[in-house]
Parts: sequence; structure tokens; C-alpha cells
Amino acid sequence: MHSTHPVIDPGLTFASVTDKISSIVLKRRTSLAWFFGFAISFALFQLMLLAITNLVFVGIGLWGVNVPIAWGIDILNFVWWIGIGHAGTLISAILLLLRQQWRTSINRFAEAMTLFAVAQAGMYPIFHLGRPWLAYWLFPYPNTMGIWPQFRSPLMWDVFAVSTYATVSAMFWFVGLIPDFATLRDRAKSKPFQMVYGLLAMGWRGSARHWHRYETAYLLLAGLATPLVLSVHTIVSFDFAVGIIPGWHATIFPPYFVAGAIYAGFAMVLLLTIPLRKFYGLEGFITMRHMHNMAKVMLATGLIVGYGYIMEAFFGWYSGNKYERYMIWNRMHGPYALYYWALILCNIITPQFLWSKKLRSNLVVLWILSFIVSIGMWLERFVIVVTSLHRDFLPSSWGMYQPTVWDWSMFIGTIGFFFTLLFLFIRFLPMISIFEMRTILPEAEVDE
Amino acid sequence: MADDRDKTRSGNGHGQGDDVTPSPRHPATASHFHHRHAHPLYGVMAEFEGPNELIDAARQTYEAGYRRINGYSPYPIEELSEAIGFTHSRLPLIVFIGGLLGGIGGFLMQYWIEVIDYPINVGGKPYNSWPAFIPITFECTVLVAAFSAVLGMLVLNKLPQPYHPVFNAPNFALATRDRFFLVVEASDPRYDHDKVTELLKSFNAQEVSDVEI
Repeated sequence: MHSTHPVIDPGLTFASVTDKISSIVLKRRTSLAWFFGFAISFALFQLMLLAITNLVFVGIGLWGVNVPIAWGIDILNFVWWIGIGHAGTLISAILLLLRQQWRTSINRFAEAMTLFAVAQAGMYPIFHLGRPWLAYWLFPYPNTMGIWPQFRSPLMWDVFAVSTYATVSAMFWFVGLIPDFATLRDRAKSKPFQMVYGLLAMGWRGSARHWHRYETAYLLLAGLATPLVLSVHTIVSFDFAVGIIPGWHATIFPPYFVAGAIYAGFAMVLLLTIPLRKFYGLEGFITMRHMHNMAKVMLATGLIVGYGYIMEAFFGWYSGNKYERYMIWNRMHGPYALYYWALILCNIITPQFLWSKKLRSNLVVLWILSFIVSIGMWLERFVIVVTSLHRDFLPSSWGMYQPTVWDWSMFIGTIGFFFTLLFLFIRFLPMISIFEMRTILPEAEVDE
Repeated sequence: MADDRDKTRSGNGHGQGDDVTPSPRHPATASHFHHRHAHPLYGVMAEFEGPNELIDAARQTYEAGYRRINGYSPYPIEELSEAIGFTHSRLPLIVFIGGLLGGIGGFLMQYWIEVIDYPINVGGKPYNSWPAFIPITFECTVLVAAFSAVLGMLVLNKLPQPYHPVFNAPNFALATRDRFFLVVEASDPRYDHDKVTELLKSFNAQEVSDVEI
């Protein structure tokens, strides 16, 4: 892939890379804009806590879910958030294995995004249980009731997949941070910062023997995270595909869900990095090359998702099954048709603009396109979850679904929580991996 | 441990020995006490401007017969660990065993629960409906392998280790910024303070200094 834009500003050195990235955390005065953004996010986070408290006290009737639509936007949001997380793992693990140097300046940030998105996702199924205080029943532990979980259920697979994913992502992120904690420890001026970063760095001193094992561990983790991320969204799609509901029971689901997850995730990475790189003056690290590459990944995965929609319609027609045919007809012409066509507009039409290099280079356009794609991926899950459930085999069990104010509060609240974590992250941790940036500098070239 | 490290170049040893904090029982302890120093020495350290200078110096020091040597750099350098004779790590084996145990353990857990302890007939399917157990088996494999990778790396590196003698060296805080260091440890069987200092001074080093314990 030839591009005129470099991966990193050629004028940078070991010292300037280190100082520039660590000064965001250590020296730069916390700006008013940061406080403003954090305050709004934190307020919305309080809304989430309120919504959850009320839900636990009153019960799940507070949400608009009821038979036949027992899943509603809460499971939809679970899928949406976890899908967003997948881009982080793709950038940090898969692109590492493919030796894509451009991943270096965005992997730390994308991994943080993964972790925070998975934290939001994980809450939904737990509170959707109705009795969240019994969530530990999902894990196999010897108990006096003498019962065990049912491992043939995709919902149990989900428990294992999501908890493994969260754990491995957190470890991968932390391991990546250890050498940078050491950098911050050695740069920090105040005692408390030195102590905290020092504790986190665990005595890292850049020994050649340590680096050797560190690189081995990092590479192995990347190799493990790669099939893991594919398995997680495959298993999320099994939550649907293993059921017999028309609109769920389709073999296209696993690849189409994984592509959709990467699509949504890259949209979110762009949505966040475009303002961030501008605000913190990181154009030398996150160059136009990154923007172009991410836009291309978005275009490619968007086309796969588009193929998925076409195949769903084709399967419905070609199956000759009247329930399947009705499901597709109902999506296009039923009471939720607006959602379906909005989805087609957001997810199939919108990414086509990315074919144009001129539009890809315009960051405002790119940001707007990413925003539309994020909405489109939310609509996709709405169509899959709600439209499929609301009219299945028997007209006597048909129904309609309306999310309540508490559904929306929870959703908006998790967005607040996500941004709260993100604001704290960019304030207290290096948002670009400092030691990995050093490895791609011209200075690091070893002559043989 | 010193013998273990000697083997690393020839490839038959695993070379897990590290820049250990010198133990008072170690036979080489005598050489820690140099006549001109009130404190025992950890070793002699040379400071370099760039990766190439460090790699060259490390190679020559290794060729001069020193084995308890170590390089310090702000980012991983493959050539450096080769230069000091550290090319083999047990970590991949540990991760493989971890993954294997995770996978077998995950499957056996499901088998025992669904077939032996709590059999439930689901639609007349066999109790050992193994294809349905594969997703969780896979997740357990990845989980235990990942834990093995992270904990294995930390344990083999003897981390966390808040105190280490090299932190006493002047300018060592720059090892996490833009400086490169080479240390010949006093526990090296061939260690002789004056000879080592002379050797390190013969390289293109910024500064050569003693590292106190």
C-alpha cells in the first residue's frame, strides 16, 4: 500500500517523542475543555447510576421489554458496545501480527476504547437478568443447590467469551503500559506521581533480558487475542443464530457480525481520534496515513456488512419458507420499516463516499461519516433484535416494542460512563505507546 | 545460575538466569568488595548515545569472555539480546502448557458436569454433546494461555522488583527516554574491576561509572 503520507513525522527523536507524549500526562496544564468534557460525561454517568439503582429497586418492568420482545434495546446495546470494542483488539493484535507499523500510534488508545466499551457491554446482560445480584450463578461453582449451568446454551458461551475477552484485553493493555509506566516514573516531578507510576511499573528498567521475554509475551498475547476477538463476536452472533426465530437463524451471522463489529469499531476510533489529535497537537504521531487506512478498513468492512444484508434478503426469498419470507417483507414494509431503510442508508450508502480520496482526506467529512456509521450499526442491531422478535410464527403472539425513558437513560448513561473513563485515561495515562513509537523512529535503525 | 547463562549461546541451556540481586552466599561475592570502595559493587556501567554503540560494545564485551553482562535500552532491541548471548526463553513452552491445560481442563469440566454430575436430556441429544462444548473449551484455552504469558513473563523477569542496584547509576533515569547502558556485573567469574573499566572505556561510551549495590 503506497501512500505519500509518512507513519510518523520524520523530524521526531527518542527524546522528543518521550517528552511530547509524557508531557500530556505530566506537565501540560489540565485544560478547561477537559474539565468541561469530563463534567458532562460524569453527569451522564450519574444518570446511569440512577437508572441502575431504580432498575434494581423496581425491577425489569421499568424497561420496555416484554414478551414477545424480551430483549429490546438493552441486549442491542450490549451487542453495539462489544462490537465497538473489537476494533481495538484488531488494531492492537491483528495489525501487530501483520506487521502494520501504522498501528503503533493508535493501538494504546484503541485498546483503552476496547476495555471501556466492554465494561459498558458487560453491564447490560447482568442487569437484564432481572435479579443481577444472582449473576454469579452463571459461573460453574460447587453450590449447595446441587445444580450446574447448562453449557449447551449459547448464553453460557457468551458468559465465558465476554469475561475472557475482558480479562485478556485488560492484561494486554496493562502489559503494553508497563514500560511506559517506567518512563512516567522517571519523568514525574512530584512524589505521589512517582510512587503511583513506580508501583505500576513494578521496577521495570529496560533490561535486554526483560525486553526479550516481554516481546515474546506480547507477541503471544497478540496471537491469542486474534482468534479470541473473532470468537467473541461469533459467539455473540450465536446468541441469535442458534435460536429458531426467523431473522436470527442464519449461517451468515458469524462473519457478518464480526465484520459489523470491526466496522462500528473503526467508526468509533475515527470519531474519537479526529478531535483528540487536533486538540492535543498529535498530528505528527497520528498522521493522515492513519486516517486513510482506517477509512479504508471501514469501507471494506462496510461492504462486507452490505453483502450480509443482501444475503439475508436472498436467504429469506430463496428458502421458500413463508416465515422467512414474511420476516424480510416485514422488515421492509412492516411497522419498523423506517429503521430498516435508515439502516440501509447509514450502513450501505454512507460508506460509498469513502471511495473518494478527496472525501477521505477531509476530516470533517470523515468524522460525520463515522458518526452516521455508528448510528447505522445501532439501527442494525435494532432491526435484528426487535424486528425479528416482534412478529414470529404465530400472529397471536405478535407485539410491539417501545423503549421507555429508563432504557434511554441507561443507554445515554453508559455513553457518559464510557467518556468518563476515556477522559480519565487521556489525563493520567500516555494515550500513545511511547516505547513502541521509539521503535519506529529513524534513530532506532540498527546498521548491520 | 552463572553456569546456566553460559550455555545460552550454545543453545542447549534455557538461560533463564537474570541480572539477579547479588546474594551474599555467591562465591563471587569477594570481588564485590573492591579495595577502593566502601560499598560493595554491583558492577561497572557504560552509557551510550545510541543503539548501535551499545550493540557493538555488548558484542565485544561478550567476545572478551564476559557472561554476566546486561544491556538496558528504552525500547526492545533484538540485536542487543543476541549480543549479550540471551536468545532463548522458556516462555513459549510455558504458554503452550498453559493453553493445553486450559483447553483440557475446560472440556473436562463441561464433560464432568453435563455427563456425570448433572446430566440433563436436551431434545434427546447425547449427554456428551461435545460440539456444544467447543466454544467454552476454546475460551478456557485462551484465558489460561494468556495468564501464563503475562504471569510467566513477570515471574521469569523477577518482577515486581522495586529496588535494583542499576537505579543508583547516574543518568539511569534516561534509560526510559533516550540513553543506552551496558553493565558488566561484579559476579562475573572473569570480573576484575580495573580491566572491566578499561574495556568499557575503550568503547564509544559517554561515561563509565561504578554501580553500587
